[in-house]
Amino acid sequence: MTIKVAGRGGRWRLRARRPPAPAAPPPGTRDSPAPGADAPTEAAGAAPAGSDDTELSRWRGQATDPDADRSRAEENTPEALARLRVQSRVLLADLLRPHRGRLAAAVALLLAQNGAAMAGPYLVMLGIDQGIAPLRAGDPRPLVAVAGAFGAAALTEYAARRGFLTLSARIGQAVLLDLRQRVYAHFLRLSVAFHERYTSGRMVSRLTSDLDSIAELADGGIDSLVLAVLSIVSVAAILLWLDLPLAAVTLLAFPFLFWLSRWFARASAGAYRRTREAVALVIVHFIESMHGIRAVQAYRREPRNQRIFVALSDEYRRSSLRTFRLIATYSPAIKVIGNVTVAAVLCYGGWRVLGGRTEIGVLAAFLLYLRRFFEPMQELSQFYNSLQSATAALEKLAGVLDERPTVAEPATPVPLPHGPGHGELRFRTVCFGYRTGAAILTDLELTVPAGQTVALIGPTGAGKSTIAKLVARFYDPVTGTVSLDGVDLRDVADADLRRAVVLVTQENHLFTGTVEENIRFGRPDADDDAVRTAARAVGAHDFIAALPDGYATQVHRRGGRLSAGQRQLVAFARAFLADPAVLVLDEATSSLDVPTERLVQRALGTILRDRTALVIAHRLSTVEIADRVLVLDGGRIVEDGPPDQLAEAGGRYAALRRQWQDSLR
Amino acid sequence: MPAESDGDPSARVAAGPHPVHNLWRLRRYLRPYATEFAWVLPAALAATGAGIAVPLVVQRVVDGPVARRDPVGLLQLGALALLLGLAEAALIFIRRWVQSSSAVGMEAALRADLYAHLQRLPASFHDRWQSGQLLSRITSDLSVIRRFLSFGLLFLVLNVLTYAVVVVLLIRLHPALGLLVAASAVPLFLITRRFARQYHAASRRMQDQQGDVATLVEETAQGLRTMRAYGRGPQLAARFGVAARTLHDTGVGKGRLLARTSALLDLVPNLTLGVVLAAGAAAAARGVLTIGELVAFVSLQLMLIWPVQSLGWIIANGQEAATAADRVQEVLDTPPRIVDSPGAIALPRSAVRGRLSFEHVSFAYPGASAPLLRDVDLTVEPGETLALVGATGCGKSTLLSLVPRLHDVTGGRITLDGHDLRELRLDSLRRLVGVAFEEPILFSMSVRENLTLGRPDAGEEEIRAALALAQADFADDLPWGLGTRIGEQGFSLSGGQRQRLALARAVLGHPALLVLDDPLSALDVQTEALVEAALKRVLRDCTALLVVHRPSTIALADRVALIEDGRVTAVGRHSELLATVPAYRTLLSAEPPDTAQPAGTVADAGKPPTADAPPGRNAPFSGGTPDGSGLVRS
Repeated sequence: MTIKVAGRGGRWRLRARRPPAPAAPPPGTRDSPAPGADAPTEAAGAAPAGSDDTELSRWRGQATDPDADRSRAEENTPEALARLRVQSRVLLADLLRPHRGRLAAAVALLLAQNGAAMAGPYLVMLGIDQGIAPLRAGDPRPLVAVAGAFGAAALTEYAARRGFLTLSARIGQAVLLDLRQRVYAHFLRLSVAFHERYTSGRMVSRLTSDLDSIAELADGGIDSLVLAVLSIVSVAAILLWLDLPLAAVTLLAFPFLFWLSRWFARASAGAYRRTREAVALVIVHFIESMHGIRAVQAYRREPRNQRIFVALSDEYRRSSLRTFRLIATYSPAIKVIGNVTVAAVLCYGGWRVLGGRTEIGVLAAFLLYLRRFFEPMQELSQFYNSLQSATAALEKLAGVLDERPTVAEPATPVPLPHGPGHGELRFRTVCFGYRTGAAILTDLELTVPAGQTVALIGPTGAGKSTIAKLVARFYDPVTGTVSLDGVDLRDVADADLRRAVVLVTQENHLFTGTVEENIRFGRPDADDDAVRTAARAVGAHDFIAALPDGYATQVHRRGGRLSAGQRQLVAFARAFLADPAVLVLDEATSSLDVPTERLVQRALGTILRDRTALVIAHRLSTVEIADRVLVLDGGRIVEDGPPDQLAEAGGRYAALRRQWQDSLR
Repeated sequence: MPAESDGDPSARVAAGPHPVHNLWRLRRYLRPYATEFAWVLPAALAATGAGIAVPLVVQRVVDGPVARRDPVGLLQLGALALLLGLAEAALIFIRRWVQSSSAVGMEAALRADLYAHLQRLPASFHDRWQSGQLLSRITSDLSVIRRFLSFGLLFLVLNVLTYAVVVVLLIRLHPALGLLVAASAVPLFLITRRFARQYHAASRRMQDQQGDVATLVEETAQGLRTMRAYGRGPQLAARFGVAARTLHDTGVGKGRLLARTSALLDLVPNLTLGVVLAAGAAAAARGVLTIGELVAFVSLQLMLIWPVQSLGWIIANGQEAATAADRVQEVLDTPPRIVDSPGAIALPRSAVRGRLSFEHVSFAYPGASAPLLRDVDLTVEPGETLALVGATGCGKSTLLSLVPRLHDVTGGRITLDGHDLRELRLDSLRRLVGVAFEEPILFSMSVRENLTLGRPDAGEEEIRAALALAQADFADDLPWGLGTRIGEQGFSLSGGQRQRLALARAVLGHPALLVLDDPLSALDVQTEALVEAALKRVLRDCTALLVVHRPSTIALADRVALIEDGRVTAVGRHSELLATVPAYRTLLSAEPPDTAQPAGTVADAGKPPTADAPPGRNAPFSGGTPDGSGLVRS
């Protein structure tokens, strides 16, 4: 009976089938535009292609770094793409390596499950063929035996399936955890310069959306791959064994399958890459606009933001649509090949049977197996699709992991001398610029003896903050060296350097957590008393104590409820607690009210006494506590001396000081 | 307090009346695709039909023409098989193709609505919600919903249909055995119900944790320089590790749940099959059932396995979509409280005189125990500039944020030329107000775009004038001039440059009201003097409210209001207050502290330091001092 045959065949088929592998998720990122010498391509690439609203394409502006928006490995050349692809596969293999044992166990369980599942129909047939007749004769034992075997098979299948699914979820989650932590840690290692161009939104996109699309593969990849390959290989063997000429006809399908898959691989690789980039842009815009929501609302930016967002989201929609349509074409096209082959084998085989060259039973079996041969191809196409999507994401992650920190940890760190009396800073013929061709510092020579407090003043762009960032090693000089106690900063281990040097800027980031935790950020092992002493020292204690939960008050998102001045105080307390040999204050007190600032300054008088300090302040009141003043202009030191002496000398400092005193009247 | 309705993310409220209630509410996003969906189900059914027909035809070929040696019949049936095969593929293609566009279209529409709603929600909402939680809603949650609506739902329908049809066929074939098979739906139902409930909770947990991870990543990116300055990478990595591991554990737990249920869903039909086999064999032995019937029955029953087995995934998918929909609706259901009131009027710039009046204004942040501002009475006359002075954290910046209605007063009212601000159209009000926040908020867009944030129509001359006023001509020296993209939050610029751009933005287009929060704090003395001079001219033509920390900026103001502890305690001219109000003198006196130290108290900035006890004495920085309080540098 036909139904029976279809049913049995179907059983196999259904086993191998996975739940509707929901096609690849939204991934997202457009191809990085050709960097080209002229950045306009960049801006054009950023805009939704084909957008009729040209003003939208201008809003992002032109990046000063042609590599903005991507890791350096993601050049838009075929070689770079191929390299990244290889790297992503290497990364995948690397991630799976620790799980080899578990993977093998999972495959074994899968095979056991499948074996048990295949035993089912066979046992049914056995029961019918061998069990009923004896039963009629009054002997239930064969049937009971078969039923028992059937029950055992069912339980084995249950156990193996449960084991397999649990294990594969474990492996998948472990791989994701590993990858997530690796990428995160790498982001932390990368230099400030990288983050400045890469943007936080893109970082978030890598660690969330990209990982989601890899999770997709991890969720359902293993069994569809294993089962499909297993059944294709075994069925192929059977086909070859059954009838060589018919198998040869079947083989004719392979060039088509191969050609089709190659087309799909190429098209989907590009499409998924674009999706990854498109979703990253959506995320970047989303994060920025939520972050600056106050400005958005105050300036009625909503409609324009909405247009930009919808355009970006639409670009994402179109790129995901393209990936959906590719798989919507690829998968039925495979079906077409399979069905056409079946029809061809049917006709050719029938003709051979008519000619007496093939047995009719062989043809029947061949046709049945042929269908089982092509069914798993659907599975494979789904798997391939998920793999393509995950690979595009892995490429992005591999690109990030490939990025080397420009400010690198030394291979053989030189320890800094410890103890009091240290902290001598020296700049030797330091040249630096954020971009080539735009030097900020040229041949800077500067020695700050240990314990000295130096004030840096000068107009915007003079290089004050740059000096601060070089001391904190946010950047390395282009030429020349910055050294601390005779050790080039490039040779100092990061942990060592951070113990010795702390930079406080006007950007006072408070992390989610309590006020106390934020202060303790400066020295994680500090006890409560030390935290409170530090807060008291900078005059932050009273306001903290007045907060609803005192030191245990949660600072909300980005310090939400604290005022700018309060945040500065907390940041200041943090720096006090860190207790470094060299303290760099870059406009660290700009938002304080006068009494608080006075308090801070008074504290500074004591605090800076025994350490080296670089202080950048626009308010000369801060400068007055300095032992030495450097006036900078255009990246050069134009005046250098104790404040009193400079004031008398009648140079720029003297003029500034006069102006400042006037402003107080 | 109305402020409570802001939707508390920490409350993570349970779903609506029914677990899929919120998912059901999203159906309107499918409505535009009704015709497409009308195609999808028939196409899917037809494809399934064609798929089943192909083996039947093959069977018939073998049994018919081949056996009968009939080449014509062979070709005919071969052609039929080919046609059916092509039709199957074509139908699958149509279904997938049609589904693709409706699925992503629905997703994009929902995303756009969510974004629009988030833009309308007030600052207090955004203060309370972690942006990572919002982000995960517009990305992963939406794709989960899309996936269910485009695949899970269809297969749910198809599988239930298949199940029902097969069971009906079974009952017709053999009522007793058929009913036995039908009865197996009971354990299936119980299993799936329990699973749905457990998975619902797990999937919600997972989605929330994904949001937490996104929040952490975002925060890391934003606090990166601080992290770097203190070398706290390992600490952050550990914190992230905890969150990632929590997510991992939830994922493993979810996987375990799914594994258990999937295996059970596999076991039930198998066991039913075993029972049917035993019972059927017994019946056949008694001659009640023919062997042929039993074979047919069992073969048909085998067709149930796939629909049942896949139920686990479909339900998992559905639950994920349901919790994702809950999360999305939590945001969409939060009413934007700062909106146009009915009958709100627009006030054109030309009609504004500029009398800004605070009448018994009080304000409390949602959830705060005590109001931050209490009974504030202040009037700024047209053209006047009023400076707000007060200790850090006294509520000055909050007061400013009430003017463009970033927050609404919780008591009293603010009027502009006698109109309550809440009676003005929001757009009109905000057009009248130029704001510079205490932290310049810049976006990674071109300088021009940042400047013309609220006035995309601003002319070149206006932009030039604003730049000149704020001494922000440095923008022209950027590599691409005003077209240069400034880095995220403007971090590629110095603090002073950022502040000047923000100021230029505020004064662009001569707003009627200027609200500036410590606008010159990051400027050096020279630049400050230049900006001040230019600003003075602008301030003559508008009403302005300034927060001021420094004596030098006070010169801009006609009058000063002293704010202490959320109240206005003194209003007057700078010199008057300096002479008569000790607290004011403490806050703004230019004198060095030693001589200016009044007998009174410093607003709330702490105990006045006295010369004999320098506050830094016992600070951790006192490394090297003999008292060595345990905090000395080692």
